[in-house]
Amino acid sequence: MKSFFKRRLVLARLAALFALPLLTLRRAHAQSEALDAMVAKITGGAPLRSGRVKLEIPVLADNGNSVSLRVAVDSPMTPASYVKSIHLIAPKNPRPNVAAFFFGVGAGRAQISTRIRLSGSQGVLAIAALSDGSFWSATAEVAVTVSACWDAS
Amino acid sequence: MSLRRLSLGLFAALVAGTAVAQTAVRPAPLKSGIEFTGAEVRALQNDEFANPAMLWVLRGTALWTQPAGKDNRSCASCHGDATTGMKSVATHYPQIDKSSGSLINLEGRIQQCRERRQNASPLKYESEELLGLTAFVRMQSRGMPLAISIDGPARAYFERGRDFYYKRVGQMNLACAHCHQDNWGKKLGPEIISQGHGNPYPGYRLEWQTMGSLHRRFRSCLSGVRAEMLPQGAPEYLDLELYLAWRSGNLPVETPGVRR
Amino acid sequence: MAARIAVPANARRGDNIEIRVAIQHPMETGYRTDDNGTAIPKNVINKLACRYNGVEVFRAEMGSGISANPYLSFFIVAGSSGELRFDWVDDSGVAGSERAAILVAG
Repeated sequence: MKSFFKRRLVLARLAALFALPLLTLRRAHAQSEALDAMVAKITGGAPLRSGRVKLEIPVLADNGNSVSLRVAVDSPMTPASYVKSIHLIAPKNPRPNVAAFFFGVGAGRAQISTRIRLSGSQGVLAIAALSDGSFWSATAEVAVTVSACWDAS
Repeated sequence: MSLRRLSLGLFAALVAGTAVAQTAVRPAPLKSGIEFTGAEVRALQNDEFANPAMLWVLRGTALWTQPAGKDNRSCASCHGDATTGMKSVATHYPQIDKSSGSLINLEGRIQQCRERRQNASPLKYESEELLGLTAFVRMQSRGMPLAISIDGPARAYFERGRDFYYKRVGQMNLACAHCHQDNWGKKLGPEIISQGHGNPYPGYRLEWQTMGSLHRRFRSCLSGVRAEMLPQGAPEYLDLELYLAWRSGNLPVETPGVRR
Repeated sequence: MAARIAVPANARRGDNIEIRVAIQHPMETGYRTDDNGTAIPKNVINKLACRYNGVEVFRAEMGSGISANPYLSFFIVAGSSGELRFDWVDDSGVAGSERAAILVAG
């Protein structure tokens, strides 16, 4: 009897051991599919290349309510070659589409600074849409800490 | 949330046995809370434009010259240009109000002015108007060392404030002193415990996502230790404000500060 | 809704100048409740545009991922002296605007 229970226990543990990564993988997979769809909405299916975009954001955020960031895209910003827009995505936010910024003719640099909300630690994605129809991106991992004290004030 | 509860709960368990002295002591060396925040918060506070609290100060600046009440008088009608008339004034608050003989803080003084000089209705304690005006007036003392008095009639308020500071409260059975006097500089969860000075308030807290008064900050701490939160302006909070102002020694006014 | 605009004081024609804007707005996420436990509806500034002497130079489409009291900085090429005008609207339909003079030398 004893060994039976033991065997049961071992089996259960083994099953749990395998199920856990499977579950997280499945979640990660679902999330990446959702992210792909969001990206496709911006790129229209065009390839997303990494590079030309610089995303400056703290590695460790003091508070997820306000995380300062700067996005700068390498572009001459001339009528022949310019950045049309910059898009910010925080995949783990309840609404991952954070913002989109559009540059007009008088915009001197393809650069923006703002403060965003991050619902937990995650990789923030910045996408730049260029006038030649190409799309460039950068990601940055941000660890978000939760304050030590519960505040009901 | 559960992590927070765990870390503070563990902390409460750890300090449960330690006895707390009832004597008024200042932390040494004195450090403003800004020294315990991350680079991002410091940058926000130091950038006059990016500091979100400045939006409230802007409101206060406009209110200063805006006539109010039946007498149709503005703050400026009596006090003139705040940059000169209000310079260093806030460093002396809270103080004993000569007319009533009782303790009054800057918010209370503004309310008193509205009532007696402007014949206007009082502002709500945590309203944008009162936060804006208080921050605007206090900002005229920015960088100047606090200089309050605990002599004469202020003494009794000071002593009550000190007793409040050392009194265990709430489900966690913690006093202010357990965190901010005995254990400042140590880690609590992801944060470093500060010395708990009131010098940045009214200030902007990222946690609140808005501007708040020092008394709201007291409420935050009390909710953190699961104690009863008193309303802003409560006499207990006024006593504590005086004690804290004394305890801050010559730390400079940082209003409008930014905290996490 | 208080708002502030920062424009460099000594711009010269052709300079790339930084424009900053800060607006007082809670940028309600829709995930918060009030003191009575009632859900506070989502209400964010969803559109903001900046026009320089009438021509749109910058536009932002924002969601609840932008922090409360939104802050934005971007760059424009200083052309002629005139006016920078910001217009925005939130989910509840409340619109705001703020302008700043821009002085360009040369």
